[in-house]
Amino acid sequence: MDIFLQQIINGLVQGSIYALVALGYTMVYGIMGLINFAHGEVVMIGALISITVTSTLAAAGMPLGLAGLFGLVAAMLTCMALGWSLERIAYRPLRGSPRLTPLITAIGMSIVLQNLAMIFWGRNYMTFPPLLPKVNFEFAGTHFTLVQVVIVLLSAALMAGLVFLVYRTKLGMAMRATAQNPAVASLMGVNINRVIASAFVIGSALAAVAGVMVGSYYEIAHYQMGFMLGLKAFTAAVLGGIGNLAGAMAGGILLGIIEALGAGYIGDFTGGFLGSHYQDIFAFVVLIVVLMFKPSGLFGEKTGDRA
Amino acid sequence: MSDILLQANAVAKHFGGVKALRDVSLSIRRGEVYGLIGPNGAGKTTFFNCMTGLYIPDGGGFTFDGVALQADAPHRAAELGIARTFQNIRLFGNMTALENVMVGRHVRTKAGVFGAMFLNRATRDEEAAIRQRAVELLHYVDIADRADDLAKNLSYGDQRRLEIARALATEPKLLCLDEPAAGMNATETEELRVLIEGIRKDGTTVLLIEHDVKLVMGLCDRVAVLDYGALVIEDVPAVVQKDPRVIEAYLGA
Repeated sequence: MDIFLQQIINGLVQGSIYALVALGYTMVYGIMGLINFAHGEVVMIGALISITVTSTLAAAGMPLGLAGLFGLVAAMLTCMALGWSLERIAYRPLRGSPRLTPLITAIGMSIVLQNLAMIFWGRNYMTFPPLLPKVNFEFAGTHFTLVQVVIVLLSAALMAGLVFLVYRTKLGMAMRATAQNPAVASLMGVNINRVIASAFVIGSALAAVAGVMVGSYYEIAHYQMGFMLGLKAFTAAVLGGIGNLAGAMAGGILLGIIEALGAGYIGDFTGGFLGSHYQDIFAFVVLIVVLMFKPSGLFGEKTGDRA
Repeated sequence: MSDILLQANAVAKHFGGVKALRDVSLSIRRGEVYGLIGPNGAGKTTFFNCMTGLYIPDGGGFTFDGVALQADAPHRAAELGIARTFQNIRLFGNMTALENVMVGRHVRTKAGVFGAMFLNRATRDEEAAIRQRAVELLHYVDIADRADDLAKNLSYGDQRRLEIARALATEPKLLCLDEPAAGMNATETEELRVLIEGIRKDGTTVLLIEHDVKLVMGLCDRVAVLDYGALVIEDVPAVVQKDPRVIEAYLGA
């Protein structure tokens, strides 16, 4: 029972991170029907930028907490610029072309970003500086750390903020209008290009935060970390119903918990044949099952026919 | 300030071998209700789409309020003051009636991405003003009681009214209505006529595409007739009604 609770908590933490990244996929898909496979790389860039800025400032004598804050802000700003540039350079020229074209471009951008990061930061694993003091909590036989608590609370706050933005502000309204009918929205004076760019910028800011979270959680970062994370967050978005905000959040957390429980019990189920490092199986089994039996996802309203 | 609000200069549009518009030139004066009629397929909606930037004309162009309209930039047309409704209603179905109108306010307000993310004072004040103006517009078209209902759940007549409110929210100089009376019964058509008269009285120029000849002839100051993509005549209703070419082309000999 203790393992069960413990894995639920671990899953909740990992799931919060998936949810933040999944929101980026789902926002872009909802508005323009594109799966931005380079989104995972934005998370990676965010993590690496924050390492570089934080360690540089800390080495110059700044207190680690403050340096970490600067690192986070720098990561967010860099990723927002990156998201904007991706849309402007790679996707906007392909607007209106067959659906497969921007998809392939997205995969291409993912490879480009990974390799650029490898050139800048090298191929070695980088240690993430401990931004928060190592405090352990114990509750009902489970253990968790301050980092985990902060990840869950910060994710929840960011998601609440995003929901507010989408449902209560002018920009959010323009985003929803564009998602429903871009041509009509533009006739009502909505600048479609700006709305799409905003979706990329906001999604990338969330991705940067997620990158810093992953980095501080596992205390490690490298140029390939975004690939698998991106695929799993994409799975989470599909699980919840891609294009749907609530779906991305629920899908992310659910996937995190499924994965954690899977990792916790896989050894017992297979008599020790498969260990917890096979946890990646679960995410992709979920993806296959969802695509086979409910391709519109948990919250999806319609089955998309988009690539 | 010129008396002419919209000038179309030899606008042409082809779809493959079909000449949807053949050098159509016409002019709409400030403050009038201008009717555009013609048989099905005469090019009325194509003309609308070219004017609002949804289609790029193959020849000619538009001057609106002294400015040449740029093709392929619908939100620019909205900024300059052209708003439209659609022949087949195109509301944002999954948003409330109020939100639909608020989207229309977009073009007349400033707050951007950063305002929305950090919610500064100016942004919040602006949001409140947008909401208030949207409520007023729903009152104007008389559907304020449906403000919080999803647009897709409104009755057909109310959806048409909502489209007009949404278009008015952009504060247009020229309001283009694409067959607003289509599918309406006699009572609804009469209510629509009253609404359009009110809009004209409040100073907005109206371009009306309509099949209901009675409505057009009773409401419009001037009427243009299109047939096979070409302009047949542009004149006051009394003259248009008697023109033999119109009777042949439109009223079917």
